[in-house]
Amino acid sequence: MTTCSELDQSKFNSTLNLEQLLDTMHQAINKKLQSLNKDDVVMIGIHTGGFWVAEKLYKKLGLTSPLGSLNISFYRDDFTKIGLHPEVKPSQLPTDINDKHIILIDDVLFTGRTVRAALNEIFDYGRPASVTLAVLLDRGERELPIYADIIGQKITLKAGQQIKLCGPDPLKLVQNKC
Amino acid sequence: MIANNIQLDEQGRLKHFLSIEGFKRQHLVNILDAAEPFANVHEQAVKKVPLLRGKTIVNLFFEASTRTRTTFELAAKRLSADVLNININTSATSKGESLLDMLHNLEAMHCDMFIVRHNQSGAAHLIAQHVSPHISVINAGDGCHSHPTQAMLDMFTIRRHKKEFADLKVVIVGDILHSRVARSQIHALTTLGVSEVRVVGPKTLIPKQIESLGVHVFHDLQEALIGADVVIMLRLQKERMQGALLPSENEYYHLYGLTEQKLKLAKPDAIVMHPGPINRGVEIASSIADGPQSVILEQVTNGIAIRMAVMSQTLGRSHELPKSSRDNA
Repeated sequence: MTTCSELDQSKFNSTLNLEQLLDTMHQAINKKLQSLNKDDVVMIGIHTGGFWVAEKLYKKLGLTSPLGSLNISFYRDDFTKIGLHPEVKPSQLPTDINDKHIILIDDVLFTGRTVRAALNEIFDYGRPASVTLAVLLDRGERELPIYADIIGQKITLKAGQQIKLCGPDPLKLVQNKC
Repeated sequence: MIANNIQLDEQGRLKHFLSIEGFKRQHLVNILDAAEPFANVHEQAVKKVPLLRGKTIVNLFFEASTRTRTTFELAAKRLSADVLNININTSATSKGESLLDMLHNLEAMHCDMFIVRHNQSGAAHLIAQHVSPHISVINAGDGCHSHPTQAMLDMFTIRRHKKEFADLKVVIVGDILHSRVARSQIHALTTLGVSEVRVVGPKTLIPKQIESLGVHVFHDLQEALIGADVVIMLRLQKERMQGALLPSENEYYHLYGLTEQKLKLAKPDAIVMHPGPINRGVEIASSIADGPQSVILEQVTNGIAIRMAVMSQTLGRSHELPKSSRDNA
């Protein structure tokens, strides 16, 4: 796989401003929170990119429940194909999620398989009142009937193109690999 | 001597887990790392993850066991596998069926993994050599030879308390001669780079030439305990003893039983371990087994996580090359 050249990367970054995307998400989540009791809201980021995005948003939103992180490795549908990564970090949902409104955060929504796995894992921890999916980027091409409620930006990529969030410090969007 | 590479597949991934020998440090660290997230699964309301859904795991126990068999069963169930417990005493083996015939019958039922405990050393190796290529075999204790998942859960417990292996002084006390646990622990500790492993016991219960494994031999418990970080007590395996190896249990407790007074010779933050079942007042005082330095019950809990890690690593090997075009996003 080729890494992108300097020129490509700068053109790429000019169309996708990370701060702006986070701001768009922040505003939409804030609007969502107005109809909810903040104490009943739990934010969960999907490991690893989704968690980094969630960390940024969590600081701005003033939520009372601790931020959760979800590692979906044990719930992936391709375990028998690709096996288990030896360094899976454990999921941490620090509060009881029963009857809570969950804001589930991921970096890039693509096939929908990660979100399917995340939902299954969440329901093994309890029965939330609702789950709202918020993503930084939605690149379409779903393979499952899953959609995001809150989207930083929709993008279209050519076949074989990849987009990835690298971080955590600094966070940046890159084509191909970090 | 059976080659150890039988434990790895062509791509160097864990296929069978039969003994610690033959593994490099990184293999063992991988298993310990893989066990970490499994240690949290019991915090879920549904204490299960779907990793091994649709896999069938057979517990083949030719020798009595409570802790090991139940923790293997729990580990398999928490991975969503189906578990068969074969009771050997009432199985067709008691009608004269050979071991390999029984295995081939279980294979015909499309099982994916055999967990084997046997009183003969090498039994799990033998089975691993004769099963179909897709089947994994895990040794749950064979004779006086090896008990690798016990050793790994002990390493996991030590790492959770002591972080680094390198500077540790670890003392293993008691019936080393009959202990497959001690043999596996010694291999694991030295592979992980522990600086000093001491074995202590009466001359009749220390195997000859055990120094060749890189351990220091002591016959005086008090001397061995000085400065210890980890004290591992072993059960006197009376069921395996032939002939008069010990004068009496009282005498043994007096010389090699761990009491509060003797434990004071170890470091103040030393942990006390025991693979179980414990014999109170034979190798360990009740006040220590139940005391603040004891991690004996933690070992049991950690056994589930380690066995989940080994099962998912062996059964999770891919049989096709991953497609790189489309990530799971």
